[in-house]
Amino acid sequence: MSITEERKTSVLGTRMLRREDPALLTGEAKYTNDLAIPGALHLAVLRSPYAHAKIRSIDTSDAASMPGVVAVYTGKDLLSSWAAPMPCAWPVTPDMKNPAHYPLAVDKACYVGDGVAAVLATSDAAARDALDAIDVVYEPLAAVTDLEAALRDETIIHESIGTNKSYTWNLKVEAKEGAVDEAFKNAAYTVHERYVQQRLIPMAMEPRAVAVVPQPFGGDITIYSATQIPHILKVMTAITAGIPEHQVRVVAPAVGGGFGSKLNVYAEELLCVALSRKHGAPVRWVEERTENTQATIHGRGQIQHIELAADKDGRLTAVRVRLIGDMGAYLQLVTPGVPLLGAFLYAGVYDLPQAYDFSCTSVFTTMTPTDAYRGAGRPEATYAIEVAMDALARKMKIDPFELRQRNYIKREQFFDAKGNQTGYTAFHGLNYDSANHLAAAQKATEIADYAGVRKKQAQQNVPGARKRLGIGMTSYFEMCGLAPSRVLASLNYGAGGWESATVRVLPTSKVQVVTGTSPHGQGHETSWAMIAAEKLGVAPEDVDVLHSDTAIAPLGLDTYGSRSLAVGGLAIAGACDKVIDKARLIAAHQMECAAEDLQFDKGVFSVKGSPEKAVPIAAIAFAAFTAHNLPDGVEPNLEAQYTHDPKNFSWPFGTHVCVVEVDTETGKVDVLKYVAVDDCGNQVNPLIVEGQVHGGVVQGLAQALYEEAVYDSDGNLKTTNLAEYLVPAACDVPPITTDFTVTPSPTNELGVKGIGEAGTIGAASTVMNAVIDALAGLGVTHLDMPASPNNVWKAINAAQGGKQ
Amino acid sequence: MKVSITVNGTKQSHEVEPRTLLVHYIREHAKLTGTNIGCDTSSCGACTVHLDGEAVKSCTILAAQVDGGSVTTIEGLAVNGEMHPMQKAFMENHGLQCGYCTPGMVMAAIDLLQENPSPTEDEVRLGLEGNLCRCTGYHNIVKSVLAAATK
Repeated sequence: MSITEERKTSVLGTRMLRREDPALLTGEAKYTNDLAIPGALHLAVLRSPYAHAKIRSIDTSDAASMPGVVAVYTGKDLLSSWAAPMPCAWPVTPDMKNPAHYPLAVDKACYVGDGVAAVLATSDAAARDALDAIDVVYEPLAAVTDLEAALRDETIIHESIGTNKSYTWNLKVEAKEGAVDEAFKNAAYTVHERYVQQRLIPMAMEPRAVAVVPQPFGGDITIYSATQIPHILKVMTAITAGIPEHQVRVVAPAVGGGFGSKLNVYAEELLCVALSRKHGAPVRWVEERTENTQATIHGRGQIQHIELAADKDGRLTAVRVRLIGDMGAYLQLVTPGVPLLGAFLYAGVYDLPQAYDFSCTSVFTTMTPTDAYRGAGRPEATYAIEVAMDALARKMKIDPFELRQRNYIKREQFFDAKGNQTGYTAFHGLNYDSANHLAAAQKATEIADYAGVRKKQAQQNVPGARKRLGIGMTSYFEMCGLAPSRVLASLNYGAGGWESATVRVLPTSKVQVVTGTSPHGQGHETSWAMIAAEKLGVAPEDVDVLHSDTAIAPLGLDTYGSRSLAVGGLAIAGACDKVIDKARLIAAHQMECAAEDLQFDKGVFSVKGSPEKAVPIAAIAFAAFTAHNLPDGVEPNLEAQYTHDPKNFSWPFGTHVCVVEVDTETGKVDVLKYVAVDDCGNQVNPLIVEGQVHGGVVQGLAQALYEEAVYDSDGNLKTTNLAEYLVPAACDVPPITTDFTVTPSPTNELGVKGIGEAGTIGAASTVMNAVIDALAGLGVTHLDMPASPNNVWKAINAAQGGKQ
Repeated sequence: MKVSITVNGTKQSHEVEPRTLLVHYIREHAKLTGTNIGCDTSSCGACTVHLDGEAVKSCTILAAQVDGGSVTTIEGLAVNGEMHPMQKAFMENHGLQCGYCTPGMVMAAIDLLQENPSPTEDEVRLGLEGNLCRCTGYHNIVKSVLAAATK
């Protein structure tokens, strides 16, 4: 379709196939480790086999003399290479303890996998071979793997801070002092639950990789990295390696999944930077999967205590939460902030009065650092409130769906008395933009045949039945679209939450969109082209989307926290508006009319009331290029940059329902049905939205049923590869029934909300509620994740008094 | 040592270290980087290629063992610039997101249909057990393979 033809239908909301796919399907796409980099030296990192050990000595001489080895470095050797320690961008409290953390450990190793020496060699194999020849003398110290024990400070991990506690962060909101205690005292029902959010390994299919190409004489460096955050990495490299920022270029080539694990600044990136400059040669590194399980951040890792107070009808009157957050050995980029991202959500989708008491204490352990993993704080919060709601329903002997209906924030509470859509200002002061929880829940329960399953369950779950049926649900509210910069400031986050876009219409009327988002599977090229096409009235195939290279897209804050559409997409819409505004001036000049007399529709400017007087934006683009006849004060070319700072978070919501059958003899859980009804407002591309939900749900379901990073008491990770860490395969998961309600966000022009994390946020509690529901009749009221056959069988056995 | 392997229809000979895995041969000697490496335990299937017409995980076999054999990689599937029906089915059904598992998944799926041209959904799920994907939840991968089976 040419730009001048009138388009009849909207592009937005169509199931457009992804333009990214042909390159990915044919092997044409280049991931970082696919790049040919002539003359590159290969980095390999020697990692501590001890969870906690002093480094007494390191002898690198044998390794240095091995074939192909160029140099071997210890942490001490490189200390002078760093202008600053590794960055943590989120000092959540003024007194947060953050021990200095360097790319290679200097005096002691603090987790299995902590880098202690680095080899540079002419091939990857030669570099790895040489690791075995490095002789490190360690003095092993006691491991710290139990969060509650860690807080007792019996073994201090970082002597420089004198404690294992990093910080305590509180969010107490009371209508009047003592409101929480009062509510618990007067409650008709209370529950107190303790949940463990086990550590998870993000396990993006592409392990990390980095290649740094220096210009030894010019001083510039280019970093190619499998990262979600090229822009943040650029700033942090400048600060940490002491390189002027304008001399650092970061490129994220094709990136094979991230889920938060590539939202970080990693030791190996900085090692490649420092060593490439030292040697005046490109340096590259690729992570093996076993390294990935140890040296890439883990997710979750919390002990949660949640207490609910409710009146006689089950209406919530107070929520109290005490968390212990497992930081791991060091604070990575946003490690301490993860529990805070959930802190506002422990009342979920419910209409809670101002009686909320949240406190999180975070602690260092001798395990791999934790950080953001899909959902980051919000799946944990959703899990706690939603599993606790089921516990409350059991205590009250009412159906959990009935209990939820008594507590949902109602649709009309998002409107004022005059019917204006004001959003719902929650007890903590944040404004939830829009929602209709009941509608989503009704839809999900209808699709799942909630009532029918309950009937069947009553027939099936008779005493002695081997296979027991269970149904569980979750209604979630997600705080995402990170984020309004002023709110981030109030949470002490080290950056803003804006996103940038540049839109330029080329002389031949093709369009370039430059975005600061950095996709790694989300299909931004397709979706962003759709947004620009819709705004400018051009064909999507005439729009190119440029990203993930700081030389091409110098401004950006990258991709995480379901922000790309809700922030980055709006930046594109805003840049298109600026382009149209400029084009309007030129069109008015050409048509000899006032700019305000022109309307712009489907790519054409026309005079209001005289549609025959019309000029397409293509003609304006060419006129702007030739600049032969522009109005005074209008610069040549048709291009605009816009930075969008969102007014509010975006608040997707929905209800998921899961039906399981549990074999009480083997403990095996079969998921019979999984229904996800999500609401992310208006959808740009439903095909992509559904894909995000499918993948998200399976990651949450995997936490519920399969995955756990297991450490022994000596701090050894026992699940160091994909044979031991159970990422589910196709046969381990059910088909996912997806459906949607559409409640547009009133806080942005496109009416959109994020969808990248929603599935994960809703899934774990949904599955666990179903499993516990199946077993409740046997006396099981609590089950730790993952609900593996072993854990399920043990829970049944314990509930039956060890008789099974 | 010298190995001669036909890769995507072209016979080529390279000097390799005896310990060279087929996947490293494909990526580093044949210079075809579409075949990805996702693990070190032969668990993920990202490196699946066809050896003499059958799917193998190319990290489980030495290049030396393949001397004289014929390998097809993801780059060898398209004919005259036209993607293989399985590749098209993945595109049409949004069977990929980040794309990293995709080459191996496509090669495994083609092999699956060679063995069982009209599989049930359960048979597809079981047949792809050796290939892990972290993005799609498998839903649309299964849909893609079932769609390809009807073509």
